[in-house]
Amino acid sequence: MTSSVERPRQTPLHAVHERLGATMTSFAGWQMPLRYTSETAEHLAVRRAAGLFDLSHMGEIMVTGPGAGPALDYALVGHMSALVPGRARYTMICAPDGGVLDDLVVYRPSEQEFMVVANASNTETVYRLLVERAASVAADAEVEDATGNYALIAIQGPVAAGILGPLTEIDLSALKYYTGAFGDVAGRLSWVARTGYTGEDGFEVFCMPEDAAWIWEALFTAGGPAGLVPAGLAARDTLRLEAGMPLYGNELGPDVTPFEAGLGRVVKFDKPGDFVGREALAARAAEGPRAVLAGLTMESRRIPRHGYPVLAGGSGARVGTVTSGAPSPTLGVPIAMAYLEPGADRPGLAVDIRGQAAPADLTDLPFYRRSK
Amino acid sequence: MSVPADLRYTQEHEWVSVEGTSVSVGITEYAAQQLGDVVYVSLPAVGATVTAGEPCGEVESVKSVSDLYSPVDGEVIEVNAELEGDPSLVNAEPYVSGWMFRVRVAEDGNGDPALPADLLSAAEYDELTKSAG
Repeated sequence: MTSSVERPRQTPLHAVHERLGATMTSFAGWQMPLRYTSETAEHLAVRRAAGLFDLSHMGEIMVTGPGAGPALDYALVGHMSALVPGRARYTMICAPDGGVLDDLVVYRPSEQEFMVVANASNTETVYRLLVERAASVAADAEVEDATGNYALIAIQGPVAAGILGPLTEIDLSALKYYTGAFGDVAGRLSWVARTGYTGEDGFEVFCMPEDAAWIWEALFTAGGPAGLVPAGLAARDTLRLEAGMPLYGNELGPDVTPFEAGLGRVVKFDKPGDFVGREALAARAAEGPRAVLAGLTMESRRIPRHGYPVLAGGSGARVGTVTSGAPSPTLGVPIAMAYLEPGADRPGLAVDIRGQAAPADLTDLPFYRRSK
Repeated sequence: MSVPADLRYTQEHEWVSVEGTSVSVGITEYAAQQLGDVVYVSLPAVGATVTAGEPCGEVESVKSVSDLYSPVDGEVIEVNAELEGDPSLVNAEPYVSGWMFRVRVAEDGNGDPALPADLLSAAEYDELTKSAG
C-alpha cells in the first residue's frame, strides 16, 4: 500500500514541468502536472492538433520467460499467450469473486517478454498479485516491477503521427493501432506503441528515464508549429471521458466485474486452463450484469460529479450513481458516466446536483468518436 | 500572482473593492488558478440579503465546485451578467471583467461603510497564499 505520508515521487520530467509553469498535483503517490495553462485549451488541442503527456507514473511490470504467457493467462482475464509478439491488448486483472482489481494494457515486445502497464495507484497490487499467481501455477516466469526503469511520454492527436514520424526510424504507417515496435526516437532507443487514452490517434513512447527530457524536447519543438501543446492530467481525464473510456476508481473497482462496465468482451472463457475469477465471472455472464454503465448528457450547465445520485423520471427514486462527470469541451455541455440499475436506462433521468434535480439525457457511449 | 494593493481580501480567496457603501466582490487570481477553467458561476439574486462568511453562490470549474462566500453583510444590488455567457472571464481577468456581484452595505457610526474587521490587506493575503504553497 502507498502511504499518504510518503513524499510523492517525481517523474524524470519534473524539471520540465516546473519550467513550463505547470500546476502540479499529487496523484497516486506521484507529483504530476494537472494543467499547464487551461485544461480546456489542452483538451481542444489534442482533438484538433496534438498534446504531449508525461505518463511516467504508470506502472510497468515485466513478465518474462518461457512460462510468461501461461502465467498471464492464469493471472488475467485475457488470453495473453495468444497475443502475437509486437501487439498490445487491453485487459483486466480480477479478484476470485470477479471484481476488477485493475485495467491494464499488456504489450508483448517479444516471444518471452510481456510488459504489463498498470495504473499508478494499483501498480504495487498488480505486481504482488502477478508474483503470487505466477507462483501458484508454477510458471517458469519472472515478474519484475520495472516502473523506475521507464519514462512514458504520450503524443496524442490527429497530427501526432506527422510530428513523431520524422523523429523516429520506426515506420509509423506500418504501426497499426494496438501494436508496438522498438526503435530510436530522437536518437534514443524506445518502445513505441500506437496506444492511448484520449480517443485520438496517437503514440506512447516508453524510454529510459535519462532520455525522457531529450525526447520530450524533441517532440515539443517539432510539434509546436503544428499546434502541439503539453497537456496535463485534467485534460487527460476529460479526453478519456468523452471517449467513453473507463477510469479505475470511477467506473472500475473491486465492486464491479467487467460485465457491469460493458467490457465483458475482455474476459476470454475459451482460453486454455483456469484463470482467477473464472467461476464468478462465468456466473455473472450467465445472470447478466448487476448494473449498466450509461452515458448522460446534461441540459443545464451544472456539472454532475463522481458520487452524485441519478434519479428516475417521474418517481424521482434513486436508480444509480454518477461515476465521472465533466464539462465536455467538444460537445459544449456537461457529460457523465453513471452506473444505473438494470432496466433504469430509460428516458427522463435526472442527476441530483447538490439537492436539485437536473435533467439528464441518455446518450450512447462514447460521447465522442474521431473521424477516421 | 497578482494581488492588487487597493483591494481587500478574505481567507476564502474573495477580493473586495469598496466605493462608498457599494462593495464589489470577485475571486482572486490565486483562487482562479487553483480552480482551473471556470465553466459556470451561480450568483445570488439582485435584492438578496447576504451575510459575511455565508455561502451565496457557487463556482464550478472543470475539476471541482466551490461555494462562493459573501465577504460582507448587505443587499445585492448588481450581478455580473457577462459571466452567464462567458464564465472564463473569471480566469482571464479575475479583478476586472471577472467581477461577480455588488453589495450595498450599511454605514457605521462614522458614515463609513460597515465592513467585517477580519478583511485582509493585500500584503496579508499575499502572505496567506504563499504559506499555502
